[in-house]
Amino acid sequence: MTNQWTTVCKIDDLVDNSGVCALVEHNQVALFKVVNNDNIHIFAVSNWDPVGQANVLYRGLVGSSAEQTLVISPLYKQRYCMSTGRCLDDENISLQTYEVRQEGKDVQLKLVR
Amino acid sequence: MNHPKCKTHIVVIGNGMVGHHFVEQMVEQNPLAEITVLSAEPRLAYDRVHLSEYFTGKSADDLAMTSPADYEQMNVSFHLNAKVTQIDKAFKTVITESGESFNYDKLVIATGSYPFVPPIPGNDQEHCLVYRTIEDLEAITASAKVSKTGVVVGGGLLGLEAANALKQAGLETHVVEFAPQLMAVQVDAGGGRLLKHKIEELGVKVHTQKATEVIEAGENARYKMCFKGGDFLETDMILFSAGIRPYDNLAREYELEVGERGGIVVNNFCQTSESDIYAIGECALWNNFIFGLVAPGYTMARVAAEHISGGDLQFTGADMSTKLKLMGVDVGSIGDAHAKTAGALSYVFENQPEGVYKKIVVDAKQEKLLGAVLVGDNSDYDTLLQYALNGIDLPEFPESLILPSDASTAPALGADALPLSATICSCHNVSKSDIIDAVTDGNCQLADVKSCTKASTGCGGCAALLKNVFDAELEKRGIEVKKDLCEHFAYSRVELFHLIQVGRIRSFSDLIEKHGQGLGCEVCKPAVGSILASVWNEHVLLPDHISLQDTNDTYLANMQKDGTYSVVPRIAGGEITPEKLIVLGTVAKKYNLYTKITGGQRVDLFGARVEQLPLIWEELIEAGFETGHAYAKALRTVKSCVGSTWCRFGVQDSVTQAIDLENRYKGLRAPHKLKMAVSGCTRECAEAQSKDIGVIATENGWNLYVCGNGGMKPRHADLFATDLDTPTLYRYIDRVLMFYVRTADRLQRTSVWMENLEGGLNYLKQVVIEDSLGICEELEAQMQHVVDSYHCEWTSVTKNNQSRKRFRQFVNSDQQDNNIVFVEERDQIRPATLAEKSQIQQRDNQELAMDISIVEIESDLA
Repeated sequence: MTNQWTTVCKIDDLVDNSGVCALVEHNQVALFKVVNNDNIHIFAVSNWDPVGQANVLYRGLVGSSAEQTLVISPLYKQRYCMSTGRCLDDENISLQTYEVRQEGKDVQLKLVR
Repeated sequence: MNHPKCKTHIVVIGNGMVGHHFVEQMVEQNPLAEITVLSAEPRLAYDRVHLSEYFTGKSADDLAMTSPADYEQMNVSFHLNAKVTQIDKAFKTVITESGESFNYDKLVIATGSYPFVPPIPGNDQEHCLVYRTIEDLEAITASAKVSKTGVVVGGGLLGLEAANALKQAGLETHVVEFAPQLMAVQVDAGGGRLLKHKIEELGVKVHTQKATEVIEAGENARYKMCFKGGDFLETDMILFSAGIRPYDNLAREYELEVGERGGIVVNNFCQTSESDIYAIGECALWNNFIFGLVAPGYTMARVAAEHISGGDLQFTGADMSTKLKLMGVDVGSIGDAHAKTAGALSYVFENQPEGVYKKIVVDAKQEKLLGAVLVGDNSDYDTLLQYALNGIDLPEFPESLILPSDASTAPALGADALPLSATICSCHNVSKSDIIDAVTDGNCQLADVKSCTKASTGCGGCAALLKNVFDAELEKRGIEVKKDLCEHFAYSRVELFHLIQVGRIRSFSDLIEKHGQGLGCEVCKPAVGSILASVWNEHVLLPDHISLQDTNDTYLANMQKDGTYSVVPRIAGGEITPEKLIVLGTVAKKYNLYTKITGGQRVDLFGARVEQLPLIWEELIEAGFETGHAYAKALRTVKSCVGSTWCRFGVQDSVTQAIDLENRYKGLRAPHKLKMAVSGCTRECAEAQSKDIGVIATENGWNLYVCGNGGMKPRHADLFATDLDTPTLYRYIDRVLMFYVRTADRLQRTSVWMENLEGGLNYLKQVVIEDSLGICEELEAQMQHVVDSYHCEWTSVTKNNQSRKRFRQFVNSDQQDNNIVFVEERDQIRPATLAEKSQIQQRDNQELAMDISIVEIESDLA
């Protein structure tokens, strides 16, 4: 098993405080660029909404609660912490999260093979 | 407990409150169960407990507890007017009057009861009626119209309710009771005496200890009731309410065990003598007792549903305590009201001048409360009931529980004194700990607690107690009831509106930097987005605003369950040319969209993938359509009837008026969606009185109605002003709407806004018509700004490449989302169900496997 950084899109493809989706080896990955007082943070989570059973999470609203940065499902409004994938509204549910980084103008994911 | 989730076919006979509750419980416990409901009545379950409200203006629909649509959604098939006449136990089949037969794995009899009519000669004449179903009420109403006097036979709980109904219908009302007192089951002699006095004060004549021997033709009225002993009473109509009898005829005919005095015998699982047949509610006899209240019936329904699903919940009797208001008189009865327990002792308090009677029954040691009777004042009922049900130790002087005292010394039993196991809502069996759990789960609104626990959604009798427990729990956790929008803003929506307007703030980031904290959330972001749009009316997809929008606004379309969207172009006033209709059809065909006519006189196109939206809109805009804002908390439609142009009855041109109104207010973003309608005459075909803004034509102009809505909690709009000319009509609507946009809470419809407005309709009239706040000019100017700055959001998006880039599933691929799968139904697409998807996938995999093996064979050959 090796870890490998893979370029999935350009930084310009991302939208401030909102999400887009990238297709990475048949997996749909939702990418969020969160801008807060000039700090930029990119999050990558699975695009699959486990409650709504649809590939829509990239269309969710970005928000925060206390220190956690959240994405809120556009279908049924469950809140997920984007760093841990944990669902704040149902402890039995979580999202897969991915390591993500900006490398020059590229956005890269670390994929486990 | 592991319930087998198998396909059991369950037939339910009867769809009263208990039968309906069983269906709900069954669906919840075993969603796969196939349920068939057979009801002899012409309508689905309705609220019989509040039947008398039919006479105070509630309609049959208001009393309905469910609807055909609800049942369809729950996958429950039902047949009305389908009286079951035969049970074939060997073949597990029931047959209805019309000869239809239904197989069952489990049969549930919930046939309820029928009113007992004493065998008095002459009791079967016209205008001799009973009080049980909506049809009975219709007959009573009809009879009351041609009667001056009415008699209710029976002075029990239902009899007094029926008497109230007759009184409200304007009849001279009498109650004739065989026993020496009213409500002999629930109330003791002392309470009965006071109750009779109070009821007579209200103008109903009570005749106790009267046995009717015959009903003959009257001299001064239609009938003459002759009593034993020679007295008589003349009356135009007679209502029998002398108790109920279980509807157990099916059980008798088909040899299920029944009790000596009726009732289908059931065990603790509500099974009859035939183990696959259950009986619940008022037709069931448990431990030689029939429970004539709804709460025990609900418990039986739950027990039967659990047992069918493999559970082992048991019915072990029920508390028969009751609290009610009869003709405005409080009556309460708890537990052993008649002090029948050996050694029981009583305390009695009576205040004749004020008409209050209270009695408590305690055990010999004076430690526990056994029962109570309350007449004229039920304020102690909840506390006493908790003492009795939970075996709470009585205070040192038990009489202090009923003696009048000032508030400081009254031994209030706060929510804290209740044990966790205390039952708060007996209809739905919700305990104090269930409420606390719901609060722990984050339900900080009473409404949320109600909806997740169902507490207080049955008879509603526990509402006050529920609120006590809920408030106490919040207080304990240090939760103040604050008006803050959310954790990011310590302001209400109204306050934020002012901050934005006065501070001329134009973006969320600016607002949160100055007045908030954090990144925002699903509550504050759309709310602020809406305020910004109401005040400045900039495009919602500008980079500053895009991240604020809720699900539908973000993509200017309505997201459906599978992540596809529906598209609704504006069809102002519901008027559309054949050419445009053809365009809608052509576009729908080209993109394979499901089409449906909406309630707002437009066409909804479903099943568009996110990447198709700009393409679809390009074609629609080309043909002259513009966005319909179906995705926004904004003006949706202005519905209209065809009006005086075509209609023989119309007095004004409602279509032109509707189109003008729609074009004036389209794009106005508001705290919630807005709907309007214009009717061309008082026949009101456009249903304007169910809209936020309703306009109805008169000979002299237009009548304006405000703040109505349909939906979950319908409200009729209030008549606001009459015979307006069109310029005045617009001025008033400008002012009402802008005042609403400024002062309403987030997601508050105009109806709720109006109900919460201090001073209500009159206050709104003062503000809008008399300009009591001196803001009308400002409100109009603000509306004019919105009108002048209108733009079609979709036209801007399709022209802007940067905006269009947002509409794609993947930033790095042109592939489609393979989870979106459609199947055909009635010649159109619909989203595939999970089962269908996995079937389709299996088939694809098999085909793929076959392809691969063919390739392998070929390569072998090579």
